[in-house]
Amino acid sequence: MLHSDSVPAVAGPVRGLPLPANGELAADPACQHCGLPVPALSFDPGASEQFCCAGCRIVFGMLREHALDGYYAQRTSDEGVPPALATGRDYAEFDDPAFVERYTTLQRGERSAELLLEGVHCAACVWLVEKLPALLPGVTSCRLDYAQRLAYVTWAEGGTGEGLAPSRIAQTLDRLGYPPHPHCDRSRAELERRENRDLLLRLAVAGASAGNSMLFALALYSGAFADMDGRFLGYFRALSVLVALPSVLWSAQIFYRGALAAVRARSPHMDLPLSLGILLGAVSGTLNVLRGQGEIYFDSLTMLIFALLAARYVQRGQQRRAELGAGRAHAFTPHLARRLDPGGSVRVVPAESVTAGARVEVLAGDTFPVDGRIDVGESSVDRSWLTGEAQPDAVGPGSEVLAGTTNLSARVVVVTERGGAETRAARILREVERATLRRAPIALLADRVSGYFLAGVLLLSLLAFLSWLPAGLGTALDTAIALLIATCPCGLALATPLAVSSALGQAARAGLLIKGGACLEALSRPALIVFDKTGTLTQGKLSLAVWEGEESLKAQVKSLEECSAHPIARALAAALAEFPTLPVSEYRQRTGYGVEGTILGQRVSVGAVHAASGPLPEWADSAVQRLSREAKSPVLVALDGEVRAVLGLEDRVRPDAVATLRRLRQLGHRLALLSGDRQAVVDALVSRLGAAADGSALFEHCQGDLSPEDKLAWVEAEHARGLVFMVGDGVNDAGALAAASVGIAVHGGAEASLQAAHVFVTQPGIAPILELIGGARRSLGVIRGSLAFSLVYNLLAAGLALAGKISPLWAAVIMPLSSLTVVAHSYRRHMFRTPAARQEESAP
Amino acid sequence: MSVLFIAVPVALLLAGSALAAFFWAARGGQLDDLETPPLRMLLDDDAVPPAAAPPTREPPAP
Repeated sequence: MLHSDSVPAVAGPVRGLPLPANGELAADPACQHCGLPVPALSFDPGASEQFCCAGCRIVFGMLREHALDGYYAQRTSDEGVPPALATGRDYAEFDDPAFVERYTTLQRGERSAELLLEGVHCAACVWLVEKLPALLPGVTSCRLDYAQRLAYVTWAEGGTGEGLAPSRIAQTLDRLGYPPHPHCDRSRAELERRENRDLLLRLAVAGASAGNSMLFALALYSGAFADMDGRFLGYFRALSVLVALPSVLWSAQIFYRGALAAVRARSPHMDLPLSLGILLGAVSGTLNVLRGQGEIYFDSLTMLIFALLAARYVQRGQQRRAELGAGRAHAFTPHLARRLDPGGSVRVVPAESVTAGARVEVLAGDTFPVDGRIDVGESSVDRSWLTGEAQPDAVGPGSEVLAGTTNLSARVVVVTERGGAETRAARILREVERATLRRAPIALLADRVSGYFLAGVLLLSLLAFLSWLPAGLGTALDTAIALLIATCPCGLALATPLAVSSALGQAARAGLLIKGGACLEALSRPALIVFDKTGTLTQGKLSLAVWEGEESLKAQVKSLEECSAHPIARALAAALAEFPTLPVSEYRQRTGYGVEGTILGQRVSVGAVHAASGPLPEWADSAVQRLSREAKSPVLVALDGEVRAVLGLEDRVRPDAVATLRRLRQLGHRLALLSGDRQAVVDALVSRLGAAADGSALFEHCQGDLSPEDKLAWVEAEHARGLVFMVGDGVNDAGALAAASVGIAVHGGAEASLQAAHVFVTQPGIAPILELIGGARRSLGVIRGSLAFSLVYNLLAAGLALAGKISPLWAAVIMPLSSLTVVAHSYRRHMFRTPAARQEESAP
Repeated sequence: MSVLFIAVPVALLLAGSALAAFFWAARGGQLDDLETPPLRMLLDDDAVPPAAAPPTREPPAP
C-alpha cells in the first residue's frame, strides 16, 4: 500500500522547481503533471510531454481529454505538487450492499456519500474535484471541504441498481490522483458540526448585543456631560437592558455551565469568576434601571461576552485543525480484507465483516486484517508496530499472525481465528480508550490563578463594603458591586485561549499537531520522558553495519540479494547499491535460511548462521559471537561452501537521537526507555547511545521484553508520581501514549498511536521534540505575560473602586484596554519556529 | 428629538432581521466550511480556457 507515508498534510516535496521552457527539453526534464524530475527510464524522447510516473501520465491524459487542463493554469506553479497518487484499484467493495447501506444515504432518488480524499493540496484540487459531474455522467454534484479533505458527492440512483455504481465514482477520483476513502466517523463529525454552529450563533447574538449596547452607552455617556433629558435617559437605559439580555441569558450560558461544573468538581476554573462578574453586573444593572438610578454596565458586559466567545471560537478552530490532521491519517488506513470464497475467487470486503474460519488472502506489503494462522505460503512478518521487535520474523504454514502487522515478502493465505473487535489490535485500542478516560485533566495555570483571583476579589469587596459602611449602606453596597464588576477578569480569561490558539497555529506550521492547550503547559515543565525503541529512537528498519572478511564479494552479494524480497535481502541490496549487478543463475531461496546462486561460475550463498554446513572457521565464529553480544544480526557469505565474510545488520539509531537526548537531559528532563524488544537489544542500544553530557547515564530506567499492557501500567504508575511524556510510534505504545501526561506520536506512527497521542509530529526524527518543548516554554511565557498585564489592569480598577471613583465609563475604558493588550501580546510573539527558520538560526 | 422613539426601535428591528438572516445561513450549513469558498471564488471556469494557460506550462501544438 502506498498510503501510509503520504498522509500528513505538509507541503509538497519540491518548491520552485524550474520547469522546462516551451517545447524545449531541458537537460533534466520536469514531469508535466507534478514538476518532479523525470527519471531516465520513463523518459520518452519522441513525446513533447514527459511524466515521472504512470499516475501522472493518466491524470494528464484524462484532463486533456475532457478539456480540463485549465487545471495547470489554476494551480500556483511555484509550489510543488506531489506526484499523482492513483492506486489503480477497482474499489469493488464500494458496490457491496453492506457498504452502500453503511456509507451512503438515499434522498429523493439521489444517493450521497462523504468521501475522504488523499492528495488534496491546493486550490486547483478544489476546482478539479468539483468538476466530477463533467467527468462522470450521472454524478449530480460534488463539493469539496478543503480543510477536512472531505468530498460530498451526490449521484442519481436509477431504479433497481441501474444507476451509477459507487465504485465508478471512486475509480474516477482515484484516477485523478485523489484516492477516496469512506468516512467512518460521520456521527462524531455531525456532532462537532452542530457544536460549531451553536457556538457561532451564540457569538453572533453576543456581537449584535455588544454593538447595540455600545451605541446606547455612547449616548448615555455623552448625555451625562450634556445634561440629558430625563425622558431619554430612562428610554436609553431600558433599551440597554433589552439588547443586553439575549447575550447575558443565552450567549453567556457557556460560561455558567463551565462554572457549575467547576463548583461540582470543586476545582478552580476561569468560568467561575467570569460568571460571577457577568451575573452580578446584569442583576444590579437591571435593578438600577428599574429603580431609575445607579450605575449600569451593560456595554462592558456584552463586550466581554463577545470577546470571550470570539477567543473560544478561534481556539476551537485551531484545535480542530490539529485533530483533523491526526485523524485523517487514521482514516486512510484501509480496513479491507481479500476474502477467499469456497470457489476460490477473491472478494474484497470490509475487514470487520470477516468471521472466524474464513480464509483470507494477504498480499506482500499488505497489513493482516485478522488474527489467524497461515494456511498456505511462506513469508516474513514485520511485527514492530505491535510488539516493538525490530527483526522481521519468518512465517510458514501453521504460524500465528496478528491483525495490524505487515506481510513483507510473499502472498499467504490465512485462516481467520479472530476478526473485527476480537483481534489483539482491537483489544489494545479499547485499552487505549479506557486509559484516556482514566487520565486526570491537567489544571491549567489560568485556572489556578483564577482561584486565587476570585478569593482576592471577594476579600477586597468585603473590605470595600466595610470601609464605606460609615457613608451609608447604599453607598457601601454600590462600591462593593462596582468593584466586583470592574475587576471582572476579561483580559485574564482572554489570555489563555488567545495565546494557546496562536501557539497551536504556529506549531502546526512547524510540523507539530497539538490536540489541546493543556499539553502546552505540561510540556513546559521538566518531566520524565519515556521513549520507545523501535521506530522512535531507531529507524525501524535493518541496515548493514559491519562487514568482516573479504570485501571483494560485495558485488556478488548485491546481485544475489536483488533477487529476493526478504527484508534482510532488501537492506543488503540497498546498502551495496553502488556495486555493479552481475548475472545470477540457478538462484534458490530457502525460507529461514537464506539465498544462493551461481555467479561467475562460483556458488555464492548468503544466509543465517544456522544455515552453515559444518563448523565455522575461528575468525568467523568469534565475529558471530561479538555481533550477537552487540545485538546485531549476523549473516554469513560463503563461496563454494567456504565462509568468506560475516556481515552484521542492525536497526540504526536515528541520526538526531543522541544530540536530542543529551539536550533534553540538559534541559532538566529525566529519560527512560521502554521496549517490547529483547533486553539484550535494548542494552546494546543504550551502550551505543553513550552517556549524557555530564557523564551520567542517559536513561535512568531502561527495560525490554515489555508487552503493551506492561508499558501502559509502568507509565500509569509514573504518572501518579509526576509528569510523564511518552514518545512512541507503534500500536504497542498506544496505551502508554494515552496514559501519559502528554503522548507524542512520531512521524510514521501507527494509526492507533496517532489516535491516542496528544501531539503528532509530522516531520521525521525526534529532534522536533526539542522544538515542541522549547515552543511550549515560550508559549507559557506569553501566557504568563498576558496574565500579568491583565492583573495590573485589574489592580488599577480595584484601586479606583476602593476609592469610590469607579464609574461605568472607567470600566468601559479599562476593560477593552486590558483585552487589547492581551490580544496584541499573544499574536505578536513567535513561539514555534518552522524547520526552515530553525535551520537559518542554527547556521548564522 | 422624539423621533428617536420610532427611529431606534426601527433600527433595532433592522438589526434583528440581520441576525435572523445569519441564523438562517448558519443553520443551513453555509458557515460550516470557512476555508474552501475563498479558494473556490478564485477559480473561474471560462476565464482561463486551456489554450490560454501560461506558456511555460503549455506544450507545443501536436
